[in-house]
Amino acid sequence: MLSPINVSLESLNLITLAPMLIPVIGALLILVIDIIKGGLDKSLYVVLAILFLALDFGTLLESAGAFSKDGIMLGVFDVMLIDGLAIISQFIIVLTSMLFIPLALTSKRFHEFSYPEFFALFLFMISGFQFMVATDNLILIFVGLETASLALYTLIAMHNRDKSFEAAIKYFTMGALAAGFYSFGSMVFYALTGSIEINQIAAVLQANNYTDIGFVLIAVVMMLASFGFKLSVVPFHTWTPDVYEGSSAAMAGYMSIVPKIAAFVVAMRLFEFLIHANIVWLEVVLYAMVVITMTAANIWALVQSDVKRMLAYSSISHAGFVMAAILIGTTQSNSALFLYWILFSFTNLGAFSMLWISRQKELPGYQKTDHSFEKFSGMIKTSPMAAIVMGLFMLSLAGLPPFALFWGKIYMISSAVTGGYTVLALIMALNSAIAGYYYIKLIVFMFMKEPIESNVDNNGQLYVANATTALKTIIGFAIIGTIFAFVALDSLLEFVTAFVYNSGY
Amino acid sequence: MLDHILSILIFFPAFAGVMGFMINKESMRAYGTAVATIEFALSLWLWFSFDNNVSGMQFMEHMALVPSFGINYILGVDGISLFIIIMASFFTMIGIASLSPTHNIKNMIITLLFLQMTMIGVFAALDAIIFYVFWELSLVPMLYLIGAWGGPLRIYASVKFFLYTFTGSLVMLVGMLFMAYFFYQATGVWSFAILDWYRLILPESFQLWLFAAFFIGFAIKVPMFPFHTWLPYAHGQAPTIGSVILAAVLLKMGTYAFIRFSLPLFPDASVFFMYPIAVLAIIMIIYTAMVAYAQKDIKQVVAYSSVSHMGVIILGTFALNVEGISGSIFLMIAHGVVSGALFLLVGVIYDRRHTKLMSEFGGLAHVMPRYATIFGLMLMASVGMPLTINFVGEFLSLLGFYQQSHILTLLAGIAIVVGAIYMLTAFKKLFFGELTNEANKNLPDVSKRELLALIPLSIITVWLGIYPKPVLGPINNSVEAVVQLMHNKATSHEAKMRIPNVSGVVISKTTAKEAH
Repeated sequence: MLSPINVSLESLNLITLAPMLIPVIGALLILVIDIIKGGLDKSLYVVLAILFLALDFGTLLESAGAFSKDGIMLGVFDVMLIDGLAIISQFIIVLTSMLFIPLALTSKRFHEFSYPEFFALFLFMISGFQFMVATDNLILIFVGLETASLALYTLIAMHNRDKSFEAAIKYFTMGALAAGFYSFGSMVFYALTGSIEINQIAAVLQANNYTDIGFVLIAVVMMLASFGFKLSVVPFHTWTPDVYEGSSAAMAGYMSIVPKIAAFVVAMRLFEFLIHANIVWLEVVLYAMVVITMTAANIWALVQSDVKRMLAYSSISHAGFVMAAILIGTTQSNSALFLYWILFSFTNLGAFSMLWISRQKELPGYQKTDHSFEKFSGMIKTSPMAAIVMGLFMLSLAGLPPFALFWGKIYMISSAVTGGYTVLALIMALNSAIAGYYYIKLIVFMFMKEPIESNVDNNGQLYVANATTALKTIIGFAIIGTIFAFVALDSLLEFVTAFVYNSGY
Repeated sequence: MLDHILSILIFFPAFAGVMGFMINKESMRAYGTAVATIEFALSLWLWFSFDNNVSGMQFMEHMALVPSFGINYILGVDGISLFIIIMASFFTMIGIASLSPTHNIKNMIITLLFLQMTMIGVFAALDAIIFYVFWELSLVPMLYLIGAWGGPLRIYASVKFFLYTFTGSLVMLVGMLFMAYFFYQATGVWSFAILDWYRLILPESFQLWLFAAFFIGFAIKVPMFPFHTWLPYAHGQAPTIGSVILAAVLLKMGTYAFIRFSLPLFPDASVFFMYPIAVLAIIMIIYTAMVAYAQKDIKQVVAYSSVSHMGVIILGTFALNVEGISGSIFLMIAHGVVSGALFLLVGVIYDRRHTKLMSEFGGLAHVMPRYATIFGLMLMASVGMPLTINFVGEFLSLLGFYQQSHILTLLAGIAIVVGAIYMLTAFKKLFFGELTNEANKNLPDVSKRELLALIPLSIITVWLGIYPKPVLGPINNSVEAVVQLMHNKATSHEAKMRIPNVSGVVISKTTAKEAH
């Protein structure tokens, strides 16, 4: 006979669950609405999703306030962990999702947006990512990761073209492999320490002075492989370009930002205590991964003939660049990671949205893929505003001052300098120079080549074929975020640094 | 208004550029000329209000940008930067005014106005990051200028230009971040302000590394041998206005940055690297002069001669004494005026014949006497004839370096002779002899529009050649302060010896100011 367990509701601290539950409720509501009355327009679901995300954002503000007053909060049998990392990363996740979801309001009809399930899955996915970052329990991380990933695979497949099925299957297979590695790694950690909480694992390993270093390394290898897949770190990156190519530009842009920040936060929680424990082996492996990811992805990006594939490789390279923060492991570098990612999300939002509004349904003869470089040649002559905006995002991605990413870049390189990684700082700087070439390549096409005849005739209509006011507004946000980043930089930096520092990273 | 005159100087052209999108295509050149003239008038006003007796920074502006990371918007001018700013606005003005009709002129003028913002920003910035922002931003308009209006190889040339300079400046950026970190370690606060950095005395081993990092960025921009290979392409393919601005102003960013950053921040390293850099500079002077002699294309001759003279500027800078540095700054202005004028002159002939090959010409003096006269004058200036603007700068630079090494100065002096050879040969091929080519028989002489640019340049060339004091005075004042700072900061015995102590002079200046 089991004795009843008495748990007072206050001790559960359910408020820590609120931000994750709101999108779940929203998703269920969308499904219910569809059951009651089918065939409603996508705009309804988009706005509903935005409203729920706004509520989500509101509760996050609430917990941010509570965090800055009382510090780290635990909840629900100490499974939830609301610290600065959790809050900042949720801010990024929710805000970016709010900016990406209106991209569904295209002027052309796309298959996936006619299903309310698309939006429900989208909200489930956000909730999954939020769970992932707001805990240090390996099982809950796993649950969050899989909720989000499974939803994401489906969202990609719903684009309903041959390439998207291929992409979804590929992503699913790789994701399953990563999940296998993850669970194996967690198992070894559990076997070693008898705990599935990262801070407990760290404490136990510390206490027995890493005696079972061999097993720790096995667990770390598994975890590295798993997060290597999620963060698309070389050599686990092979799925990325194909998946980006197969999914719509809006979805590809989303994938380059949100899943990665969630994975970065977990990687930060998991690897930094090991780095601080002076496990040289891990440091060497991470160092090599960072350098190879940055450099190799940049070199592959040089030879792409499609802008979206180029951006896919470029986002691998950016992920490698940001991985350096985990290697360096100081408060400055961790703050730099978040700062960089916030600025990166604005710029990448803009770049992918520009591709999205120029999406055609049928490809003309000279164009092999959706966004081949030739498509953009002579854009300045036929549609100058769009060309300037696209050029702006490219310059920001290349790290040209005073645009958004430049500030993230200098803060990151500076953290490498202060962390004592001089050579790494130089490699990071030189990689920006390599990256400069492929971003400039698009600018060369847009500004210096002659336009293709058919585009001159239709007056550059091609580049805004898919545009609506909603999409243009989103691009407007991206432009403001990219150009005027320096205005908000100081408060952003102080906010991020305070939250990261107060979480003990 | 004078409190913010530098900000106005920087952002007025950019703002006007944005407004320029609304101007009708036909009226665009008038608009551009008007804006650039206002800008030039403002820069003259800056000179007028500039206090010649003060050696430090004037018209300082300070605004916090990212205080928690030590990035502030700080501007200021001293005698070193004042005249380069005036030159930048002057060249934009005459460049736009004498622009020959081309396709897409509206985009070109807007680009030029943006370029002007970045040029003035570089020379007025007193915060390393703000400096870097303008320094990098200047690449974009130039990339577009070369890539969209250049010759057949324009895309290759523009991308090469961009990548070369971008790579160099990223290495420099790492150096800047290190410098800020050392400052943070020493004082506990982050700062990128150059005047703050001046107070920091670094151990020599750090200085050497940082000097090298900054050197890569600056040397590619100058461009110094062996990093110069982008420049002939850029000049060869760029439209006339692009070459003029590139030679007159953009290259000066590198030499200016040596004086603003490398020398006062790393005096010991500057002494340590003095001879290697001098040797590079001399190779650059002689080698490019020889290459210039072998060119068939008149624009390439001017381009290589421009590189060759940049070598003399570097040599003067690394003389590390007042004569040398003042001379090199004066030579920057002189080189801007003269090579800018030469590129404009090449543009004149290119507009008429659409070729730059010297073999196509000959005997032009018969049909274009005024053109030949102005070309001759500029050629004499370029060769360094006394009573022309270049002579003052070259003489002072070489005089300065003579105090450090006799033999190297002698070698550099040879370059002036070689310079005379290739320039006079080119002049002979273009203007003397019989007029053989049919196509040249009816070439019109320089038009009023072209004279608008060329006459002021000719006047400056002679005026400052005869009476350089109005420019040399303020330069000298600020350079004395820089050299004194270097002498005080130098830690090694060698550096103390090489960098003269000019404190006596400085004291007399301040007392003069107090008396004033």
